[in-house]
Amino acid sequence: MILNGNCPTGPITQKWDKHRQEMKLVNPANKRKFKVLVVGTGLAGGAAAATLGELGYNVEAFCYQDSARRAHSIAAQGGINAAKNYPNDGDSIFRLFYDTVKGGDFRAREADVYRLATVSNNIIDQCVAQGVPFARDYAGYLDNRSFGGAQVSRTFYARGQTGQQLLIGAYQALSRQVKAGSVKLKTRREMLDLVVVDGEAKGITCRNLVTGEIESFWGDAVVLCTGGYVNVFYLSTNAMGCSVTAGWKAAKKGAFFANPCYTQIHPTCIPQSGDHQSKLTLMSESLRNDGRCWAPKKKEDCNKKPGDIAEEDRDYYLERKYPSFGNLAPRDIASRAAKEQCDDGRGVGPGARGVYLDFAASINRLGEDKIRERYGNLFDMYEKITDENAYKVPMRIYPAPHYSMGGLWVDYNCMSNIPGLFVLGEANFSVHGANRLGASALMQGLADGYFVIPYTIANYLARITPGKITTDHPEFKASAEAAKGNLDRLLNVNGKKSVSEFHRELGKIMWENVGMARSDASLKDALKRIPELRDEFWNNVKVTGSGSEVNQQLENAWRVADFLEFSELMTRDALHREESCGGHFRVEHQTEDGEAMRNDADFCYAAAWEFKGVDKAPELHKEPLTFENVELAVRSYK
Amino acid sequence: MGGTATTTMNLTLHVWRQKDGNDKGCLEQYDAKDISPDMSFLEMLDVVNEDLIKQGIEPIVFDHDCREGICGMCSQMINGIAHGPDELITACQLHMRKFKDGDSIFIEPWRARAFPVLKDLMVDRGALDRIIQSYGYTSAKTGGVPDGNAIPVGKQNADLAMDAAACIGCGACVASCPNASAMLFVSAKIGHLGMLPQGEVEAARRVRAMVAQMDAEGFGNCTNHYECEANCPKGIKATFISRMNRELIKTIPCPPREAKAGA
Ligand SMILES: Cc1cc2nc3c(=O)[nH]c(=O)nc-3n(C[C@H](O)[C@H](O)[C@H](O)COP(=O)(O)OP(=O)(O)OC[C@H]3O[C@@H](n4cnc5c(N)ncnc54)[C@H](O)[C@@H]3O)c2cc1C
Ligand code: FES
Repeated sequence: MILNGNCPTGPITQKWDKHRQEMKLVNPANKRKFKVLVVGTGLAGGAAAATLGELGYNVEAFCYQDSARRAHSIAAQGGINAAKNYPNDGDSIFRLFYDTVKGGDFRAREADVYRLATVSNNIIDQCVAQGVPFARDYAGYLDNRSFGGAQVSRTFYARGQTGQQLLIGAYQALSRQVKAGSVKLKTRREMLDLVVVDGEAKGITCRNLVTGEIESFWGDAVVLCTGGYVNVFYLSTNAMGCSVTAGWKAAKKGAFFANPCYTQIHPTCIPQSGDHQSKLTLMSESLRNDGRCWAPKKKEDCNKKPGDIAEEDRDYYLERKYPSFGNLAPRDIASRAAKEQCDDGRGVGPGARGVYLDFAASINRLGEDKIRERYGNLFDMYEKITDENAYKVPMRIYPAPHYSMGGLWVDYNCMSNIPGLFVLGEANFSVHGANRLGASALMQGLADGYFVIPYTIANYLARITPGKITTDHPEFKASAEAAKGNLDRLLNVNGKKSVSEFHRELGKIMWENVGMARSDASLKDALKRIPELRDEFWNNVKVTGSGSEVNQQLENAWRVADFLEFSELMTRDALHREESCGGHFRVEHQTEDGEAMRNDADFCYAAAWEFKGVDKAPELHKEPLTFENVELAVRSYK
Repeated sequence: MGGTATTTMNLTLHVWRQKDGNDKGCLEQYDAKDISPDMSFLEMLDVVNEDLIKQGIEPIVFDHDCREGICGMCSQMINGIAHGPDELITACQLHMRKFKDGDSIFIEPWRARAFPVLKDLMVDRGALDRIIQSYGYTSAKTGGVPDGNAIPVGKQNADLAMDAAACIGCGACVASCPNASAMLFVSAKIGHLGMLPQGEVEAARRVRAMVAQMDAEGFGNCTNHYECEANCPKGIKATFISRMNRELIKTIPCPPREAKAGA
């Protein structure tokens, strides 16, 4: 099937305005008759639930944590982009749009990206009004910094805690609606299934993580804001609870999953120190404003103290390879370059999987205090984990799985192919193409939640009768029973291996075969090993405890069970995409100097996969991508 | 170079186990073997839990998510200290290099009337959410707000507001306080919003509503022990409590009149 993104026609600068004029509205008095389920309270979900509640809809918001304030968005450090052009350095909505399309290696839908760039400025205003304490200069005005993939300073930040502050802004707006009675919070709930009635999304099935009860919730629309899936690699920068479960369950109910192979490996993370490691910690990309990446030129220098390696024996590889962007080259490029150094036997630290991020030059130029003011909390965090003082010795960094550009397929309205199912934030596939630029995920989450869904959901709701299908419909019972059956099955295997052992093994397969560099052979190997592991899981996993109480093993077990299915789709997508673009690097498709080689003739489309059964091949649907405003060109940062 | 220590250690854990809110609960003893000093405290618990699973014993339940000190989910009293024996960190950021071979470690949940235990080390901190719901926000609507630079905010105030806003809502302040008071938590929000022109407008109503909710939740009073400040993983200063008290007092002699019903 050829998919249609339902983009409005007309010049790109006017599409969103035009669309807003044309969309249907729900009359204020009728809004409270509609119930909307918002799953996830991160930036996307928090913003959406708060805004929809404020508009008068009857909202129920869900998260698996104990509080809406703890969604993984909280961990974002670096900042959020907007095209304000406050520094007067040449930024504009068009430039932000252009950078994002190019940064995404021409694999995103132009119209969606343009809208994102347009509303980016409203986001900053909104957050300021909520009391987000953005960094300011002495005159009291908002301060900016630079991020990878851009030559302007357009990133707004709140120390090293931008995500936290933006999320608290959204959480507070949400709390205000809870008090007003328009939003009901359902915390410690995990969505285990989507309920679809006559082809439309009508509710969800959850497990109450405290009592173990399986609960049904009906809604006139369901908005999934459930974040990303890179925990499929086991070790990643994501929180421990991040999973693909909500999205995958929706996919199994018919929602198309788009571009699952586009995953972002972040260049600046603290390297793994041992097998016990449960997650990897990101060091914000903003550090690359003042830190220089290097590796020893000579293999024999790798075990020396960095200070003992002479200046001329250091390879500042990003500055060498990409003189115009230097240390601020985009993430996919910076990650691969780090991997190249290590593959070449010039890595440092445990396992020789690391390169240096050195602040000595900046400290000399600006003084240690200035660096402390900019990144103090990151340096502290680094020291807590590694026991090293990065003011004195360079940081050691290595790439780690970080973000998923792929996600459920949505049209311009953020609606999936299942009417009534909307998907926002990292959970959808829409704006980042094959690679996301730094500080753009926060922007997307808030754009979708505050400024897109409030309009587009009305266009859907205005066409249906509110409250027509509720939890007494047999589909709810069937879904609850299926979910319960699944949990019982997990509890009854009673095998020998723990859930984390399986997760680790899956992670290893994915990291080695479907990680930073993918080949035909590695992908085929993964396609053989994943089903074997899945099979073993269902025959040999050990889950202690029962289903009728707090049971964290059971929670992990169903998340891993879903990863064991989803990982196969991700691998198939990577195998089918015979090109290199953004975060998807196929070793067969590279230029002589090792740069990614796109194949626009055959692959200029979004790949949306339809689930056909666990052991069956999924069906591919294509949404062709056209570029009318940005010239489809080789992406160069040289 | 750090990060490469290889000698492992053996520890004895005394962990609070409690089946649910109705159970009385008690300390159980477990061995933590071959623990690397590079592990985080929660990774050490992961290792112990894997061991328990193998023995068919239910693993220790504890809240955690980000494992980098920002979500505020982890909540453990470690040897009687909220988040354990290191400054300015959460339990997930505590590393085993802070302990030595042969140590005994006592691990308990937050203890406060307002934080009922759900299971083992997991407690219900809904009271903190309800305090924020009472008025921990500005009433800005989505859209229709002025340009972000329309109202300059002095750097000093912006920085102070950020100091207060750094609160992660973990509840360590409550758990550390002999009175189980939530004053530091509440005053951090009052301080964060009150120091910005965007939040100052509603300051009086906010402080009254939030303090009333705090009292209703059964948190204790502040009697100046400063344990909250000493154990706050984000270093939030108790001076915010004095600031909050000043704001509260300001509202007493002449409370702003409530809007008339229907107005
Ligand atoms: C360490 C780190 C640093 C980052 N720094 C930056 C940065 O500086 N700038 C930037 O732009 N981006 C950054 N990002 C990316 C950005 O933070 C995320 O992409 C973004 O916050 C995702 O927001 P979200 O609302 O889509 O999802 P999340 O914030 O992940 O929220 C997901 C929500 O869904 C809920 N949920 C998930 N599954 C279920 C389920 N089955 N049932 C019920 N609820 C469920 C969760 O409880 C949660 O509330 C960073 C990411 C990381 C990991
Ligand atoms: S797990 Fe997030 S703060 Fe400890």
